[in-house]
Amino acid sequence: MTELSAPEKVPFRLSMLVYDRRYRSMTFQVVVFILFMAIGWWLVDNTLRNLAIMGKDFNFSFLWQRAGYDIPQTPIPYTADDTHFRAAMVGLLNTLIVSILGCIAATVLGVIIGVARLSKNWLIARLMTIYVEIFRNIPLLLWILIILAVFTELLPPPNAFRGENPTASMILFDSVALTNRYTAVPTLTMSNDPGSLPLGARITIDWAVIAFAVALIGGWLVRRAINGWAQRAQDRSGRRPTTWWINLAVMVLPSLALIRYFGIDLIEPELRGFNFTGGMNLQNALVVLWLALTLYTAAFIAEIVRAGIMAVSKGQTEAAYALGLQPNRTMRLVVLPQALRVIVPPLISQYLNLTKNSSLAIAVGYMDLRGTLGGTTLNQTGRELESIVLMMLIYLALSLIISGVMNIYNARVRLKER
Amino acid sequence: MKTTALMGTVAAIALTGGAAFAAEGDTLAQVKQRGELICGVHTGLAGFAAPDANGNWSGFDVAFCKALAAAVLGDATKVRYVPTTGQTRFTALSSGEVDVLARNSTWTFSRDTDLKLDFVGVNYYDGQGFMVRRDLGVTSAKELDGATICIQTGTTTELNLADYFRANNMNYQPVNIDTSAEGEQQYIAGACDAYTTDASGLASLRAAFADPENHVILPEIISKEPLGPAVRHGDSNWADIARWTLYALIAAEEYGVTSANIDELAANSGNPDVQRLLGSTDNLGAMIGLDAEWAKRAIKASGNYGEIFASTIGEQTPIGLARGLNAQWTQGGLQYAMPFR
Repeated sequence: MTELSAPEKVPFRLSMLVYDRRYRSMTFQVVVFILFMAIGWWLVDNTLRNLAIMGKDFNFSFLWQRAGYDIPQTPIPYTADDTHFRAAMVGLLNTLIVSILGCIAATVLGVIIGVARLSKNWLIARLMTIYVEIFRNIPLLLWILIILAVFTELLPPPNAFRGENPTASMILFDSVALTNRYTAVPTLTMSNDPGSLPLGARITIDWAVIAFAVALIGGWLVRRAINGWAQRAQDRSGRRPTTWWINLAVMVLPSLALIRYFGIDLIEPELRGFNFTGGMNLQNALVVLWLALTLYTAAFIAEIVRAGIMAVSKGQTEAAYALGLQPNRTMRLVVLPQALRVIVPPLISQYLNLTKNSSLAIAVGYMDLRGTLGGTTLNQTGRELESIVLMMLIYLALSLIISGVMNIYNARVRLKER
Repeated sequence: MKTTALMGTVAAIALTGGAAFAAEGDTLAQVKQRGELICGVHTGLAGFAAPDANGNWSGFDVAFCKALAAAVLGDATKVRYVPTTGQTRFTALSSGEVDVLARNSTWTFSRDTDLKLDFVGVNYYDGQGFMVRRDLGVTSAKELDGATICIQTGTTTELNLADYFRANNMNYQPVNIDTSAEGEQQYIAGACDAYTTDASGLASLRAAFADPENHVILPEIISKEPLGPAVRHGDSNWADIARWTLYALIAAEEYGVTSANIDELAANSGNPDVQRLLGSTDNLGAMIGLDAEWAKRAIKASGNYGEIFASTIGEQTPIGLARGLNAQWTQGGLQYAMPFR
């Protein structure tokens, strides 16, 4: 081992920023950073300048003005007298409704199709291939418009249910009417209504809903406790006590008691005047958008699921078979838990895509965030920049929340390295 | 220290660059330099603004664009038509994408002030109405309680509809649509009981149906909808040119100047009003930065106001609109050109 001679002290020269490897990367980063900031600053400055020239300012006070327009689907109470802010919130909730429904349905459908595509049954596997290729290779907007056209043109108008010899009839024991405006479904009524819990801002939750939620969650917790007790009994004695009827009773009986207590009954929709009343009318805009988002995204999710399953080595399945596990338990206990590690990260981006794609709702007149804040509010107030900026921030926040939640889930299922 | 200097340079570049993007200035000079007028029109509303099979635009609003181009550039064909939707129209105008907006737009307080537009006049006095199928048996808008109504989003009609139903204590279910073509499809399929928009728009829509006789426009007019061309706020000279081109068309009808007799009247009319309008005496054009014969060319482009009305949306056309409020003030209507003096 020879002693290294101390490096010669080189005085710092400006050219070293480019030619000396010690400084070069830092130099480039600083330059790029400055350029980046300058472009950003230029954009903001240019905008403010042009707004000033046009005599417009940048403020959000318009959100507290009277909105003046009606929205077909309002998850929270809303009238034309409410503010633009409340209209935007209604739009946001509508976005959330269609996104959540879409994510759930697309996942279920996607998993089924993805698994079916790997089926040994030639016909099923090919049919699923055709489904995937058709749905993911045609733009979503076209699917939305096609499905809307099918709903509008093929389903009968409410008028057709009228008269002595109606040309259309209700389905499911005369309880559901499919029309080209909405699907009329029965709603529930309570003869012993305990009222509702006000949450402020005229948003309320029925006590009955809270009661059912408590009953179901409580039932589920009790069921877990019973199963834990059964497991311990099995570990101790080798015999598992029969619990299924206790579990069933715990889950079902409280709900039945509540139904009886509240006196819950069905109201079937009935054609009165121009439209069905009494029941609940699910807007076709929602159904069409939900269906289109589901069918489209399911094609992508199916491919992700297929890739995930194929990523699990065949040896795992064979080892499980060798241990005597049945095929469905092999899938549930061996293959899927490993496949999920591959599936979840790309699944997150599909959920994000679906949520953002829901802004195509304007094509069917579904009043989501884009339709309220970015549509009528923007038009009536003329606050384009504010509305668009606000809308971008909301979608950004929404996407970050979704990916945050999914990342937590991903951390739970991913390969544990200890 | 060095960084600060560099930042300063970048900032200076950004400042100068920022100013270059401004969409402001002398619209007249821009139009003349470009040699083309850019006119924001409807995406397609029969009678008002619609392209034919060859892509040539025609209609009531298009005629105004042609007159303006003739007045400013001397050639009625030098117009580029930019179709705008109910949602994009005002942004297109205020961003400088179009020079003038002639697109059935209602003159309202907030649009005139807050949106920084200048409405230069009213070329059609309209009001919002309802259209229903004849077999529905509805004869009045008051009978529409509980009806499903198709409505274009982002228009004043959306607000009028909400107000009207509230004032009359009725309920309705809105079906929001994006374009009038989509609304037509929904209405024809029966996805809505009634379609609402300006009465002129309803007449125009009905004319395009296969069975116009099976649809009725209800008698109630629930709002005032003065439709007119608009320009950007802040360029008063350009606003003057647009305003007086419209008045020239209206005045021409009042004085009996038509596209047929205009040359003859310009040469030997005994009426001093006509002589001033057509630039035979007094050079009014110079006051707005144009030549003496600007109004003459504008009128020659598609005729006077009455001729334009009759050939695009009048009773002889499929649209079949009566003059009504849009008759000359001398005939009991509201069309009244300010004096050319």
